[in-house]
Amino acid sequence: MSSQFQKIRNQVMWDRLISVVEEQARTLMRVAFSTVVREAGDLSAGVFNTKGDLLAQAVTGTPGHINSMARSIREFLKVFPSDTMKPGDVYMTNDPWRGTGHLFDFTVVTPTFHKGKLVAIFACTAHVADIGGNGPDPNSRDVFAEGLFLPIMPLVMQGEINQWLMKLLCANSREPEKLEGDVYALIASNEAGGKQLSSMMEEYKLGSLDDLSDHILSSSDKSMREAIAQLPKGTWSHKVTIDGFADPVEIAATLKIDGEKIYIDFSGTSAVSKYGINCPICYTDAYTSFGIKCLVAPRLANNAAVLARIVVTAPEGTIVNAPFPAPVTARALIGQMLPDVAFGCFEKAMPGQAPAEGTGASWSLRFGAGPGVTGPDAKGTKFLSQNFQSGGMGAHWKHDGIAATPYPSGVKAIAIEITEAMTPLVFWRKELRRDSGGAGFYRGGLGQTIEVGSREEEPFAIFARFQRVKYPAAGRGGGADGAAGTLHLASGAVVPPRGTQVIPTGERLVVEMPGGGGLGDPLKRDPQAVQRDVVMGYVSKESARDLYKVVLDAKGAVDDAATRAARGA
Amino acid sequence: MKQEKEAGYRLAVDIGGTFTDIVLETPQGFESGKVLTTPDRPEQGVINGVRMVLEKAKVAASQLDLVIHGTTLATNAIIERRGARTALITTQGFRDTLEFAFGHRFDQYDLELERPEPLVSRPLRFEAVERVAADGSVLLALDEASVRAVAARLREEKIESVAVCFLHAYRNGAHEKRVRDILADECPGLFVSLSHEVCPEIREYERTSTTAANAYVQPLMSTYLGKLSDALKELGVAAPLLMIMSSGSLTSVETARRLPIRLVESGPAGGAILAREVAKEIGADRSVALDMGGTTAKIIMLTDYEPRHARSMEVARAYRFLAGSGLPLRIPVIEMIEIGAGGGSIAHVDELGRIAVGPESAGSVPGPACYARGGTRPTVTDSDLLLGKLDPDNFAAGSMKLDTEKARQAAEEHVGKPAGISWADAAGGVCEIVDENMANATRVHAADAGEELESRVLIATGGAGPLHAARIAEKLGMATVVVPKAAGVGSAFGFLKAPIAYEAVHSQIMHLAKFDAAGANHVFADLRKEAEAVVRIASADRPLRERRFADMRYKGQGHELAVEIPARLYEAVDGAALAELFEAQYQKNYGRRIPNLTVEALTWTLVLSAVDETSTAAPLSVAAASQAKAIRHTRVFDAEMGDFVEAQVISREASPPGTTFHGPALVVEDQTTVWVPSSFDGRISPGGHVILERKG
Repeated sequence: MSSQFQKIRNQVMWDRLISVVEEQARTLMRVAFSTVVREAGDLSAGVFNTKGDLLAQAVTGTPGHINSMARSIREFLKVFPSDTMKPGDVYMTNDPWRGTGHLFDFTVVTPTFHKGKLVAIFACTAHVADIGGNGPDPNSRDVFAEGLFLPIMPLVMQGEINQWLMKLLCANSREPEKLEGDVYALIASNEAGGKQLSSMMEEYKLGSLDDLSDHILSSSDKSMREAIAQLPKGTWSHKVTIDGFADPVEIAATLKIDGEKIYIDFSGTSAVSKYGINCPICYTDAYTSFGIKCLVAPRLANNAAVLARIVVTAPEGTIVNAPFPAPVTARALIGQMLPDVAFGCFEKAMPGQAPAEGTGASWSLRFGAGPGVTGPDAKGTKFLSQNFQSGGMGAHWKHDGIAATPYPSGVKAIAIEITEAMTPLVFWRKELRRDSGGAGFYRGGLGQTIEVGSREEEPFAIFARFQRVKYPAAGRGGGADGAAGTLHLASGAVVPPRGTQVIPTGERLVVEMPGGGGLGDPLKRDPQAVQRDVVMGYVSKESARDLYKVVLDAKGAVDDAATRAARGA
Repeated sequence: MKQEKEAGYRLAVDIGGTFTDIVLETPQGFESGKVLTTPDRPEQGVINGVRMVLEKAKVAASQLDLVIHGTTLATNAIIERRGARTALITTQGFRDTLEFAFGHRFDQYDLELERPEPLVSRPLRFEAVERVAADGSVLLALDEASVRAVAARLREEKIESVAVCFLHAYRNGAHEKRVRDILADECPGLFVSLSHEVCPEIREYERTSTTAANAYVQPLMSTYLGKLSDALKELGVAAPLLMIMSSGSLTSVETARRLPIRLVESGPAGGAILAREVAKEIGADRSVALDMGGTTAKIIMLTDYEPRHARSMEVARAYRFLAGSGLPLRIPVIEMIEIGAGGGSIAHVDELGRIAVGPESAGSVPGPACYARGGTRPTVTDSDLLLGKLDPDNFAAGSMKLDTEKARQAAEEHVGKPAGISWADAAGGVCEIVDENMANATRVHAADAGEELESRVLIATGGAGPLHAARIAEKLGMATVVVPKAAGVGSAFGFLKAPIAYEAVHSQIMHLAKFDAAGANHVFADLRKEAEAVVRIASADRPLRERRFADMRYKGQGHELAVEIPARLYEAVDGAALAELFEAQYQKNYGRRIPNLTVEALTWTLVLSAVDETSTAAPLSVAAASQAKAIRHTRVFDAEMGDFVEAQVISREASPPGTTFHGPALVVEDQTTVWVPSSFDGRISPGGHVILERKG
């Protein structure tokens, strides 16, 4: 066989490895219990070499998990060195600093053996339904109050499930059946990956993955280096203010590109919060490097070599490098805002490429009712429910921002009919929010409006933790900011955007989600595009006139002369 | 494929994007023909072809006993956005469901990604005041005045077809029905599709998408089917016309006009049925059908001779052919994986220096570089030519001469140079990648289904399938490949073997620990009534066979397993039996059962079919063996060896049943070529199929 053909064969095996982890992720979605995993895809899956380098990840899933899981395997190897791993072993943790940033995320790691030899390590992460403690409430003062903390430990030993650990888990969860089911799902997911890997090694008569691993990592490194070489060299800084929890948070970032690597440092960022919105550095790294990769090398398969050329640092004690035992349950509030901060730096480094700011941290709607939530004498159906929904994305330099779609999170929205079938909630409205997209040459993506009540003569609660209420998504290059988000009762009273809010009996809650920022001068937007936005109801006639200076005639067509005059052209 | 009983005159017509295929079955044998599809008046092409085939066979139109028809017209109307002026009526507050779609990015890293435009644009999405709760109870009665106001707008907007999709209508469709009555009164002649009839299943986006797509193609399909029926009558055809559905079953024209979305993948369904018949003939109870044409390849799994069935698919993938970039449809379909890999798929080198193939296709214009019609980018067909698998002087029965030099230039320019390899390795790489893509898709599909592949037979059809099948079989560890005769008109051929059947579905959550036997019996009685009404139109008084399925899961999970359950009256104790059927399947798919959990069923399906009276042939023994004679020898690249080898060239026409040969070899015929790598031996079966077996 020619060495050239060997190169092609390596590519084929690499593709196969990606399909193996994809299958691993799909298995997890199919058998998971937690709604956010099975309906929304809040999970990740990947395969590592025996040194703990990420070789391939599933594109299904969410970046906050995958890039932090990439670091996590090295922590597992410190506790269980590869020569101590045995066939049939499975390990796990939910340690926020050694896993993926909060106690809800279980990372499960399975060494895979082929013909008696350790050849690879499979890992997957899922957001489980409940892990006790104060759960998603950011009011815990430390991680101990947030739930049960599991250091890196064996879950299955040579095929035997650690039943005492399972009992411990179930005893500490408000949803023991779902939790147990999810742990089984995580085990099954890695097993599915291992099985597929074995059959690939059989087909290609491989004794180890060492050569393939070298091929993947060295060619990825080469491509990443080439991508970075095309970027300008220098240092750029950007600072944003976001809502935070009780007080606004400042996030400062400095980007340095030296032709070899991309460095981003968060010196100057606000200190650790007393609320659970702090990020362990692994989570900061995960979302920051994800955002940068989207901009710099979107088509490169993600792995350890690609990630190694993006170096994320932050001084300990900042909100983006919170030390143990800081509370971290709602770390997504800060972490999911970080790509926009990185984009701000890149906008200065290479104008005209980064998208405008978007909603960022997702506007996931968490509802509940029952004793402990709506009051000790609550009589109605007891429930907890998380419904992923989102505001708009920022405008992109090739098109308008996408409406009601999360970025950087990769989750799906959950069907209203599914949520209603599981809870007493009734959604009365879920529609695009007109005029919420920031005006610009390219318009920001629209947010959405959701109105929700209960079928029961009982109050219900929303566990609110929303950003972009005080500080909306900023436009770039002359584009306007997106609309800020708001919460209010249908009867009018404003509902605070953060903390547990009880919606009184018979009332409905109206959530207006933020829009994305616009890009470029709105006065240069094609008047026909503005007219189309009016016909579609994305933009009001008034906004067309006031923000875009586009005048429409009685039939709704563009009045060219009047528009030219209004635009002063 | 002998038709021993019911040896009448049966005609099958398959309208594809380019060609309309016609197959006539008579007591004396088969006659077939191919004519160009006439997209503006499809019935014209059909009539031309039917007339041609009848003349060739010297059969009068009046002699026909049955006409079976399948078509991609509905699919193409959606892909090309040529459907009716369609409106949507939703529950107040939910007109944007269609636009929100799944509310996610189907490519994690791509900031440039865009969603497809919804089939119904926002100004034509209207709302009615009403609300049904998740349990089917009415929270807000239908405000009829709000419906009449919408009706006025529909008239103003000159709407031809409307989809009605209310929340939780799968539990209670009364409001949707009432809207239809009002519209019949207000807008006579308007086509109306109701979500609880088109797709009675939970999850509002998928149901709305399916209902909107049904409404979008209904006027077109209904008009076309009306014209076709008339034209056939005019031609003198007195036989009934039956339609083939995506599920591979036959139904009446009336049903097809009411639920045209169920016809979407009828062509590939015909291919699946052909594979089933071939599998039965050779006794291969477990097989994989691969249909590789010019732009896509379709892969279908068959177990116990039956293709797998599913209830969802995606049409019109728009953005880089990515899963999630099309429109979801929840209809009964033969489960298949479709990937952008065909003879015309274009190869390039990506930013990683890796060879990538498809999904972009050179189509027939400009076509592969070797067609010398202006194409300059290398395709899979160009690579097949460079690797020696195609004879440049005898392509498509010698009707076209292939330009090897142009293929070489294209491979060198667009793959060899950027990847730093020779043109020969580039061509080898392109084929290896496209074969791997198909093998990968098959593997993922098998894993999804919880099935293994190694013991299966690969049945290859389509212009490019027989060239690539053996390598794919090698990759999948499969030992046998079959290339059926008449693969060129395979779908139409398959139609003749389709069962008359109908699948009826109902969503109703039931906890098996508290199994409501009376409720379940009631559900199935209703489903039987619905299915029988359809099946009887097409099957007269033939005996009927009923199969039942339940989609079950552990309570708390979100995805279900479809499990066949016994077709009989249930009693309370059957709850445990159903749960056991589920758990056994679960263990098979995922390795272990989960302790301490209860099982629930969500969706109940009944499949009613007229009993197929054609006999299943037993595996036939090989006739007296004779060694094939090589016409000549040629150099062909063998991917498993990683090098060129000397291969014999054999004429299929000159090889009667019983002929045997050894790989490496090429078996050539007019429509296609079969590549037999070094690791395979081949023979011609008694039915005339080419059968390849792995050596050793």
